[in-house]
Amino acid sequence: MMIDKAKKTSGGDTACYILELQKISKSFGLVQANKNIDLQIEAGTIHGIIGENGAGKSTLMNILYGLHRADSGEMLIDGTKAKIKSSADALSLGIGMVHQHFMLINRFSVLENVMLGSEGGSLLSSGKIATVNKLKELGQTFDMEVDPNALVSDLNVGMRQRVEILKALKGGAKILILDEPTGVLTPQEATQLFDILDKLRANGVTVLLITHKLAEIMAITDNVSIMRGGEMVGHRKTSNTDPQELAELMVGRKVLLNVEKPKAKPKEIALNVNSLGCFSSRGHKVLDDLTFHVKAGEILGIAGVSGNGQTPLMEILSGMRKPDEGYFEILGKKIDRDTKVSPFTMRENSIGHIPEDRHKHGLILGFEAYENMVLGFHNTEMTGGKKLLDKNHMLMHAAERMDEYDIRPRNPKLLASSFSGGNQQKIVVARELYKNPKLLIVGEPTRGVDVGAIEFIHKQLIELRDQGCAIILVSVELDEILGLSDRILVMNKGQEVSTVNGDEANPKDLGLMMAGISQGASN
Amino acid sequence: MVMLKGAFIYPGSLGYTLYYTTNFIFTGLAVATAFHAKLFNIGGEGQAYVGSLGILLATALFAPFLPALFVVLLCIICSALIGAAWAFIPGYLQAKRGSHVVITTIMFNFLASSLMVYLLAGPLIQLGQQSPQSDLIPESAQLASFETFFSLFGIDITSSPLNLSFLLGLFALFVFWVLIWKTRLGYEIRAVGKNQDAANYAGINVPKIIIITMTISGAFAGLLAVNEVMGVQHRAILNFTAGYGFTGIAVALMGRNHPVGIFFASLLFGALFQGGAELDFEFQSITRDMVLLIQGMIILFSGALAYMFNPALSKIFNNITKNGANDD
Repeated sequence: MMIDKAKKTSGGDTACYILELQKISKSFGLVQANKNIDLQIEAGTIHGIIGENGAGKSTLMNILYGLHRADSGEMLIDGTKAKIKSSADALSLGIGMVHQHFMLINRFSVLENVMLGSEGGSLLSSGKIATVNKLKELGQTFDMEVDPNALVSDLNVGMRQRVEILKALKGGAKILILDEPTGVLTPQEATQLFDILDKLRANGVTVLLITHKLAEIMAITDNVSIMRGGEMVGHRKTSNTDPQELAELMVGRKVLLNVEKPKAKPKEIALNVNSLGCFSSRGHKVLDDLTFHVKAGEILGIAGVSGNGQTPLMEILSGMRKPDEGYFEILGKKIDRDTKVSPFTMRENSIGHIPEDRHKHGLILGFEAYENMVLGFHNTEMTGGKKLLDKNHMLMHAAERMDEYDIRPRNPKLLASSFSGGNQQKIVVARELYKNPKLLIVGEPTRGVDVGAIEFIHKQLIELRDQGCAIILVSVELDEILGLSDRILVMNKGQEVSTVNGDEANPKDLGLMMAGISQGASN
Repeated sequence: MVMLKGAFIYPGSLGYTLYYTTNFIFTGLAVATAFHAKLFNIGGEGQAYVGSLGILLATALFAPFLPALFVVLLCIICSALIGAAWAFIPGYLQAKRGSHVVITTIMFNFLASSLMVYLLAGPLIQLGQQSPQSDLIPESAQLASFETFFSLFGIDITSSPLNLSFLLGLFALFVFWVLIWKTRLGYEIRAVGKNQDAANYAGINVPKIIIITMTISGAFAGLLAVNEVMGVQHRAILNFTAGYGFTGIAVALMGRNHPVGIFFASLLFGALFQGGAELDFEFQSITRDMVLLIQGMIILFSGALAYMFNPALSKIFNNITKNGANDD
């Protein structure tokens, strides 16, 4: 697992709960996001809250932090009733939150960001001195020194997160909520974060860790609460549980955490990429001299911290963007900067593309499921009629796919936005696999997808591979890359760091490579 | 009451109401088409205004030697084409240059207005006239009013400006429905409107769709000239668009961009226009401005407040479906 931490059991039975929720309910229109949530958190512990996407974790935390208001229920802090109407109330009660997407102003220095909201008087200087001192003090206690004058835009992601934590602590937070904190971090950075959390706990800060990663829960928390479908389905002491039990509680049925994978039998080369390069709109080089190939019947995993060129690579290969340098050959067709391509012609060439962001690219959320089931294929016979769209044909087609892929609820006339993340992803997968592509480009196939659907999607990918499809898998989840890939290419800053065989790779080396240190250099 | 009577019951009033309705159908469709691609075509006014040039052009070119039916068809096509061309330029600028279509269409309203003033007061002015209006179009290009049309079958109805272009309006509603929901083009238009990134991912040429949508939108607006020029005035006069293009925005919003909704919204606004005029006429104390105020209130209540009742209604609906689910 990520790190080995001796788990402390603090307090004992007589421990006073620093935070207690009683029967918290919240609904948004028709959707009941939280239903009678009870939660008790002991002071000075790290408490994990785990659940699938849409289980209501974020809603609950937003209620706690004053961003939403509960429809009913009570909140007790240190045993006294608390009314939290805004984040200012939450802060004054000692609750701080680090959001999944950082709330920092990139053009400001660390100091200015930390001061934000507590400038102290109309002149900045006095506040500045006080904040610098406070930062020094916090940095020493928790081992989190940051240069106060550095610009946030110059800091790496791990440091930015540290600034967020400092910001919360400086506001006097005794309870710190971290929402999916490791989503953007390399394994090394995650380890560092856990070290910090350990220090916080040692100094009496209570940490609420929201995550859907079982490994993190096992590695760092003292207690864990499991949510499913807006309800609390269980509370466990971390030392008394295991990932399998947690996964079952999250999903509500037995799941396979690791899909079985027979050995790949690679055939001819399906995709050949030759010194591919590409610039961002601002002229930065986002892909640099990338050369690799994928064979039919194998899965090439592309590992890397997000934002290191994976997105432009996928966009180029799927025809959404043109390469600026180099070329690639797909199934014998050569494509360079002068070739006329569109995603539509790529699909005609039997290339499937499951995009990284299903809400942005993969689906039209305002369309009904059956309309999404033909997106990108709407100019083919999939829509039925010759000139006009045949709605009945499309509904039939969608209903068949929904049966095949067990998409729930099984209603092709439901808006795509009404499906859960896992089922939305299944719609995309069903659509892209329907034509049996010879090359499949997959980005983050299981981001925000529940454990049950992950199992299903992984099985589908392996099956497709064994049918002779070449698959490129881009993912920031190392476990996913390691579990599925036959070969792994590690990218950093748009360049290839190294390529390793799937069965020889381990998370530690990959993590180092993702940070840009190639294996040769580290040895 | 007076408004209702004035809009539907007084002799001829229904004809007036439906005549206004026709105008609103065309401009409402123009706005709705653009809305489906998430474009805001405020230029319906200008597109309709220049649409009249298409009619004048078609009559000048074809009326001397073609039979009436062809002349009428060509006039309709030309008005749509000129309206489309007037919207094509903002569409092109939006798609290729990123100039916001709201700004450009407003500008094109002013351009249309100035152009028409110049033409109607200059080259196109009726000889020997001081008022800025064109010559009468030839009779072969004039659309029969419902009065004349029904008298062919021996039915007597009260005289009103309602004419055969009302049928064209109904036909346009049908065409719109087929276009948006039944064709691949309509699918692409809606896809662009709902999620441009996903449309791009699907291989849809987004700039092309933006241009096509604006062009179709302009064509619908251009058809308004058919009602006014061919059906009622029988000539192009100054400011015959009288704000119909702008009201079309409210019509499309209220009609939720659906042909059935647009029809009823057009009918409502037609009734408001006609009934409002009656109100103004009937009561000394109610001025034209008061009527406008009432119209504004109606738009506010039916449009904006729909969202106010939404949560309550969805709660009720939720309870009903929940109970229904329990029965299973």
